[in-house]
Amino acid sequence: MQDLIWLLPTYPVLGFFVLVLTAGRLPKNIVAIIGAGSVGLSFFTAVIIATQFLSSGENYFIKEVWTWMAVGNFSPGFNFYLDGLSLVMMLVITGVGFLIHLYATGYMADDPSYSRFFSYMNLFVAAMLMLVLGDNLVVLYLGWEGVGLCSYLLIGFWYINPDNGYAARKAFVVTRVGDTAMALGLFLLFTELDTLNIQDMLYAAESEWEVGNDLAVAAALLLLGGAVGKSAQLPLQTWLPDAMAGPTPISALIHAATMVTAGVYLIARTHILFELAPSVQELVGWVGLITLLMAGFIALTQSDIKRILAFSTMSQIGYMFLALGVGAWSAGIFHLMTHAFFKALLFLASGTVILSLHHEQNIFKMGALRQKLPVSFFSFLIGSLALTAFPYTSGYFSKDEILIAAHGLEGPGIIFFYGGVLGAFLTGIYTFRLFFIVFFGDSNAAHPPEKEYGGWNMNGPLILLMILSLVGGFIAVPLDPVFGHHEEHHVSGLLHGFMIAVPLVGIAISFLFFYTKTFSVEKLMSNTFAQTLHKFWNNGWGFDWLYDRFIVFPFLWLARINRADIVDGFYTLIVEISRTANVMIVKTQTGYLRWYALSIAAGLLLLITIGVLL
Amino acid sequence: MESIPVEHGLILAAILFSIGLIGVLTRRNIVFVLMSLEIMLNAGGLAFIVGASRWGHAEGQIMFLMILTLAAAEVAVGLGLIIQMFRRYKTVDINVLSEMKG
Amino acid sequence: MIALFYIAAIIAVIATVAVILQTNIVHGLLYLILSLLAVAVIFYVLGAPFAAVLEAIVYAGAIMVLFLFVIMMLNLGQHTRDQERSWLTPRGWIVPSLLAAVLLGQLVNVMSQIDHELIPAQIGVMEVSALLFGPYVLAVELASILLLAGLVAAYHLAKTK
Repeated sequence: MQDLIWLLPTYPVLGFFVLVLTAGRLPKNIVAIIGAGSVGLSFFTAVIIATQFLSSGENYFIKEVWTWMAVGNFSPGFNFYLDGLSLVMMLVITGVGFLIHLYATGYMADDPSYSRFFSYMNLFVAAMLMLVLGDNLVVLYLGWEGVGLCSYLLIGFWYINPDNGYAARKAFVVTRVGDTAMALGLFLLFTELDTLNIQDMLYAAESEWEVGNDLAVAAALLLLGGAVGKSAQLPLQTWLPDAMAGPTPISALIHAATMVTAGVYLIARTHILFELAPSVQELVGWVGLITLLMAGFIALTQSDIKRILAFSTMSQIGYMFLALGVGAWSAGIFHLMTHAFFKALLFLASGTVILSLHHEQNIFKMGALRQKLPVSFFSFLIGSLALTAFPYTSGYFSKDEILIAAHGLEGPGIIFFYGGVLGAFLTGIYTFRLFFIVFFGDSNAAHPPEKEYGGWNMNGPLILLMILSLVGGFIAVPLDPVFGHHEEHHVSGLLHGFMIAVPLVGIAISFLFFYTKTFSVEKLMSNTFAQTLHKFWNNGWGFDWLYDRFIVFPFLWLARINRADIVDGFYTLIVEISRTANVMIVKTQTGYLRWYALSIAAGLLLLITIGVLL
Repeated sequence: MESIPVEHGLILAAILFSIGLIGVLTRRNIVFVLMSLEIMLNAGGLAFIVGASRWGHAEGQIMFLMILTLAAAEVAVGLGLIIQMFRRYKTVDINVLSEMKG
Repeated sequence: MIALFYIAAIIAVIATVAVILQTNIVHGLLYLILSLLAVAVIFYVLGAPFAAVLEAIVYAGAIMVLFLFVIMMLNLGQHTRDQERSWLTPRGWIVPSLLAAVLLGQLVNVMSQIDHELIPAQIGVMEVSALLFGPYVLAVELASILLLAGLVAAYHLAKTK
């Protein structure tokens, strides 16, 4: 049965081809069956494979499908590798992916490009599975670029609006920066270690390089470059908020649950390499910490419901990076899983809110939706509690593990710990700010909702995700064989209490500001310093401005002065010379027989002359 | 027996060859062109015969026979082409056949 | 015999020049036959009686008769003769003549460096045939195939549609 692992990406790929080749001629219900059904089948297969794998007691399983290409001794196979890590990823992708597909059948019901949407979604799931199941870096890279492509296509899904196309392009180009670094990293690893198989490569790295080896540092840095690009971490984080231009299920699936966590997966997968480069591993932690704090502050100031969630996603991935940085690999992946549950839940619920309010995304034009939209309300409640690590929700367990591991680390661990706690405090504030503004208070909606949007196919996934967000923390992830068993860190009861209390304080502040209005935001914002800070955070710490100034504008300027294309001029010249020569030589082809005979005679004469002279 | 300078035979061949060349290049009537071509071929044959006499070998004559055969085949095909051309264009002017112009 | 060579040579050159100057195609052909016969005489003088006979029979006989047939078929009359006259402008002669003169000059220049007396020795049919059907039998076969190809091509080309 485990041999059937190749079926996992095959179903969505088939779905993709069917939907693409029929080009929207199928009726919507059949498209829905193909689109969601193929992922459902994948999930079903994944569950069977997972049970078999776990009961077999093996640590890993390799399925060789075919040899991709064979050039000399370079012969990457198209093989699938299953271990605890890929198992978790596989189940998250197919499971959460299936729920989101199901939700999307309702969400996208009125869209004319229904079939196109599901074809991209299926392609995305297939590529993502390829990414996590590939046993060598080539297959991984194929999946990596595949998800990037799908992300691009889906952000720009409503391409009629040029802004969406711009957002898609931005996402593509910014992640491309990371991908280039990653490709260089792969080349480096291949030339140095002579293999692309991930496990062989890690083994070779471990045996050939000592800790702190320059090559290991370089390779780890380059891979980190790819990871921060894909996972929207500092300094390549600017694309994620704009990526919210896509339909909400896309934001849930690609830009919250799965694709953006690919960077986390990559680092976890090559964790041995990062252990060989402790400086880079620490850098991972710093990247995570700074991103999570930065995104937390930005989220405080946003007014678009999806952008808040996007920055929250960025912040949560920051936690995962933090976990990776402190060597708590399992905790990072665990948080990845729980985050997939509650963030998908939040995004899908926000989708319902947005649709019920006729595509209104500004939270200040919502309010008092508690009774009108009960399913969304409970979804948001549970999702927000999980996000803020309320005790015994799923987020609590994973975030706890990360922070405790950070605390256990010497050196910068204590900064990581308090930074993470501060992040949790911010999470509490911005999450419940959103929650209170949207669901309580007075209704500011331009078009108040009559009833909640969506049938069983939209509410069902929400309910399932609610359950998962609540109890997901009790799932035991089988990661120990992958990462080795780490010693258990413990913190004192007092510190633990502090960790639990801080987000609650955040929630309480939100409560006082936005529910009881005991404190007034207006008063807080009255002085100029606060206004400046608000503006600064609202613009994402000015990163877009910075990149525009230092990268985009100079590049555009270069493009403008090089409009005539200087380098191309050289090639145009060659073309011109050839063309002129052509015109001249064509003139000799008069078509007259006597002319040809004359040419032959003249040539003969020339040859004889040369012969005589020499 | 009196002797003949070899170069005289060869120069005769060269003269005939040149005359043939002038004919090929000048005439517009395709039948004349073909005839001039025959002259050139014949001049080549003559050079071979002179060579054969010079060395007292029969090989030169054999080459002449080959040229003869070639000329016969060439004339057969060439005249066939002329008939075809005349049928199609009702003229023997080779300048009509300039469709291969570049 | 030497006198015969030079007389025949002069006749050949004059007849050949006449060929390319003619406007009447049948006259041209007759001059060509004369030229070929003169060359045949030269062959004989040079001690190649077999070649001379073949020149007379095949060239001057068969091939030229073929030409004649075609000319008759084309039925070119007075009209063509006038046309020829209009085609043969003095200007048209300049470049080819110049070219041919240079070529001839070079050839003569090269050949005059050969300084060898030629004593014609008779090479009869026997020697030629012995070689032809000895070492050169393959060439004979190839020649026969060439002739066959020419036959087929001529038949195909001259066929009406």
